[in-house]
Amino acid sequence: MRIAISAVQGAFIEHQQMLSSLGVECFELRQRADLHRSFDGLILPGGESTVQGKLLRELGMFDELQQLLRQGLPVLGTCAGLILLAQHISNDEQRYFATMPLTVRRNAYGRQLGSFSVTARCGSLEAVPMRFIRAPYIESAEAGVEILAEVGGKIVAARYQRQLGLAFHPELTGDSRLHQLFLSLVRGDSRTKEAVLA
Amino acid sequence: MEQQAADRYQLNKELAQMLKGGVIMDVTTPEQARIAEEAGACAVMALERIPADIRAAGGVSRMSDPKMIKGIQQAVSIPVMAKCRIGHFVEAQILEAIEIDYIDESEVLSPADDIYHIDKTKFRVPFVCGARDLGEALRRINEGASMIRTKGEPGTGDVVQAVRHMRLMNAEIAKITAMREDELFNEAKELQVPYDLVLYVHQHGRLPVVNFAAGGVATPADAALMMQLGAEGVFVGSGIFKSGNPQKRAAAIVKAVTNFTDQEMLAALSEDLGEAMVGINEQEIELLMAERGR
Repeated sequence: MRIAISAVQGAFIEHQQMLSSLGVECFELRQRADLHRSFDGLILPGGESTVQGKLLRELGMFDELQQLLRQGLPVLGTCAGLILLAQHISNDEQRYFATMPLTVRRNAYGRQLGSFSVTARCGSLEAVPMRFIRAPYIESAEAGVEILAEVGGKIVAARYQRQLGLAFHPELTGDSRLHQLFLSLVRGDSRTKEAVLA
Repeated sequence: MEQQAADRYQLNKELAQMLKGGVIMDVTTPEQARIAEEAGACAVMALERIPADIRAAGGVSRMSDPKMIKGIQQAVSIPVMAKCRIGHFVEAQILEAIEIDYIDESEVLSPADDIYHIDKTKFRVPFVCGARDLGEALRRINEGASMIRTKGEPGTGDVVQAVRHMRLMNAEIAKITAMREDELFNEAKELQVPYDLVLYVHQHGRLPVVNFAAGGVATPADAALMMQLGAEGVFVGSGIFKSGNPQKRAAAIVKAVTNFTDQEMLAALSEDLGEAMVGINEQEIELLMAERGR
């Protein structure tokens, strides 16, 4: 199994470290040529969604990744990554991959003074440490989306098919359970990128 | 309460982690802020005059008008930073009151205190501070800075000092990493910093916070140079809006930071950017801003 991590901007090294600790091979996507390698899953890290969306497009990776996602490539999006996956962004005209049928709100808790941490249940996982950094939340989700976690009445984690979207940052904690959940989604169907495309 | 403050500091260090691999651009108007955001800036630094103009104008340089900063906060969705003078904790209080995302306690402005820096542990908003060497960096971190940048020499378009500061910091970190543990106590004394921070550097081979390059970065090549030297991201001040084609140059610097080891891409990005800022060599300037605040 090999995971590709978008490395155009943001906290991608933290995801690499988490995967390495789990003994999973991963590599960085910085430009179009990096897509020539085969991979079984994708991670879209935290950072600034405006920057990442723009660079994924201008560095020639956006269309192919979007096609792969539409065809079922497993993906984990954290914070900015969730925004890239959302079909609608309520306070922004931009749309990116738009492969998760839900609506997110950017910077939903305000500026950095609104950043916070909590420990909460996520799906079947108890006491997951959650770091919210200028985070979005999910305002609404369409049928077929499984709500995994709510904090203060707002949805902060959801799964749609093999796409996992989190408003918070499991990669900043020592808790690898959500990465393991993502890897189980990847293992659920180990078709490689080529197989998905075919 | 103490635990709350510790978590706040952790959240502030984590915001810096989210900025990594990105470019933070100096802007003086909402319009420039929008240009910077569209070009791919991961944050903007709101200030009334860019360092090159501060240098040219002379006189006392202070925190920007909060109204001007608010205008920029309304114009963009990315984090907005602003500068206060070294030691001027009331300017910092004002910036916290308008919910700035990051305060730069900056040598670019005239220092308000020639001995003491701000006690940054008293604030809920994060601070970034400049450093020329490891001792300065760890002293600022001990005071509560959650992000470090090289000082470089702002407003010159001359990258030599940023290079010097980054190389020096790397060399000092390598030295501490290679030390025996019983030598760390003396090293802490030499650097005038707490033992715990020296031990962290010894164990991890890096600063306990994110470290960006700043000061004199004017071209995609400058930005990639700093990244190859180990910077985790880049501040660009005067280099963008003092150049012939700010949009194009800003976008090229952003891509150069993402692909900082790809020679062919750097060559393509460096083409046809229009005039770079004229720049002044460090030997030609009378005021070394990097000397401010130790």
